[in-house]
Amino acid sequence: MKRQVPLIITFIVGVVLIVSVFFPRVEGWNEDFSIFFDIIAVFAYFLGGGNLIRVHLDKVNKKKRDWGFSIVTLFGFLLMLAAGLFKLWNPGGFTADVAATGSLFQLMYDWIFNPLGATMYALLAFYVASASYRAFRAKNRDATILLIASFVILLGRTPLGVYATSWIPESFSLLQIPNLAIWIMTSPNLAGQRAIMIGIALGVVSMSLRLILGVERTHLGAGNE
Amino acid sequence: MIDSENSNKSAIFFVSIILSVFLPVLPAISQEAVDSADSSAGDPVAVFVPEPPRNVTAVDHNYDRGENVDVSWDLSVDDTSAMFLGYDVYRRAEGEGEFKLIGTVPAGVDTLQDRSTKADTGYVYKVVARTAQGEAPPVITERVVPDLEMVNFKLWNVFLIGLFVSGAVIFFISHAKRGKKLFIRKIAGLEAIDDAIGRATEMGRSILFIPGINDMDDVQTIAGITILGRVARVVADYEISINMPVARSIVLATARETIKEAYASAGRPDSYNDDMVRYITDEQFGYVAAVDGIMVRDKPATCFYLGAFFAESLILAETGNSIGAIQIAGTAMPAQLPFFVAACDFTLIGEELFAASAYLSNEPRQLGSLKGQDVGKLAAMVAIALGMLGTTFVEIWDSSFVDDFNWFIHRLFSIVS
Repeated sequence: MKRQVPLIITFIVGVVLIVSVFFPRVEGWNEDFSIFFDIIAVFAYFLGGGNLIRVHLDKVNKKKRDWGFSIVTLFGFLLMLAAGLFKLWNPGGFTADVAATGSLFQLMYDWIFNPLGATMYALLAFYVASASYRAFRAKNRDATILLIASFVILLGRTPLGVYATSWIPESFSLLQIPNLAIWIMTSPNLAGQRAIMIGIALGVVSMSLRLILGVERTHLGAGNE
Repeated sequence: MIDSENSNKSAIFFVSIILSVFLPVLPAISQEAVDSADSSAGDPVAVFVPEPPRNVTAVDHNYDRGENVDVSWDLSVDDTSAMFLGYDVYRRAEGEGEFKLIGTVPAGVDTLQDRSTKADTGYVYKVVARTAQGEAPPVITERVVPDLEMVNFKLWNVFLIGLFVSGAVIFFISHAKRGKKLFIRKIAGLEAIDDAIGRATEMGRSILFIPGINDMDDVQTIAGITILGRVARVVADYEISINMPVARSIVLATARETIKEAYASAGRPDSYNDDMVRYITDEQFGYVAAVDGIMVRDKPATCFYLGAFFAESLILAETGNSIGAIQIAGTAMPAQLPFFVAACDFTLIGEELFAASAYLSNEPRQLGSLKGQDVGKLAAMVAIALGMLGTTFVEIWDSSFVDDFNWFIHRLFSIVS
């Protein structure tokens, strides 16, 4: 029963969502199911929040390694929760928008949360540099082609690329580095991307059918029975 | 006293000169101003009233729930004028007294789709061409009543392709059920899973499993969780630990259930504990920061990234690379695949992620679905070749058959909403 019910729900929802694409009368069911999911997800927040508190309280209690970080995590979580839930220092009072200008919630979001997120995102630039260094080493023929293509694209998007090949006559304009860069991006690169996307679309259809028909049930904790 | 009289005389003299110079001219100036005002009032360029648009029609948008009406018109003859601003479109529903503005489009645009109608309600539309100085006389359409259609015939091509691919998948599933042998090519990334877990066992370190940052309503997350089932089974067999930080609460519950089941089926239900899976945060970069911290502190021997990833893909994979972990990644996000290819040891590219659970299970019914998927791929290749030939021959031959064939192939693979 524990496995049959999810399988039946999956089958019904899957079939309804497919049908709703082709029949305008039931098109809205698609949105209805999304709303159902959102409602379930809201309740699941309690599960996530509870787990976070339990894991970190346990770490602090048992003085596990780096337990000091857990105190910071718990403090941040509870402070943000209180600021949002009770609308602390909100100029408009309890009835105002939770993110009203000047509220503690908004201040923490703007001055702590956002800068921290942006800092993590900014690290990406350095990671791109280190990954590119490894990926573009001319170890074999394929890597050499990749290196040349990336060099052309990099150069084609800088003023130097325009300057370096501007002497090439218009009749051979494809050989100008910026045009070559555009060609690489719109022809071989796009063709490769589309091939991957066609494969993904077919993979999604196949996976979805396995789920709808109950052939795939590992995600239900049902193993390979 | 004498000085004062002199200065008064000078002032009177100065004013008299000014008056004598300007007084005779003043009536002329004022008359000129009046004339100018009169002439500008009658000048047709100063107050530019455009010509109205012609053939204004409102028709029900086909194959929808009756919530769309297409309003279209022929452009005003003054549309190209520099002073022309655009068209205001008004609507009056049945039972309403006045027209209400529903949208404005700039010069050169001759359609507007009203997306807020109700089925079986009558509507009348009014289109007004406008410049900064004035408006053209409004043009009012015939009454239109949007319908709720039963079937969206515009998606016939999607239906046909879906039917073909689904039919092929179902056919090969039943084919495999009858015990027919199917050949499936080896996928290096999946073959490496056992070795990667074995390495972690030898090193006495844990395994890190990241199921992406999307929720369970994303099929990529489901694909990741299905692979988790297999990974957790091997982990349970080898008696090593698995660490799975997640970004969604529903994924937390699902992953726990999957791992618990894997440990039970491996005969080690006591080895399972809930802390193997823990919730971090829904926030993308907060999650990345926490996972990076876990990697740097715990130094897992093997990292799996299987699911939906965005900008965090490279941050995670590079951190994993820096701690010397074996990394197996898989995603269906085309923009993230190059990052995983550059930073990981094995990458499941797009469809391979979805094929993974079937491949790993080695169950005939699941393998049959992969074969059906391959038939879809073959059909796509044939269609691409036909499309190329059609587009080429249309340029060479002046034949209605080639034209129709080319149109059909293009229409078959275009989604018209």
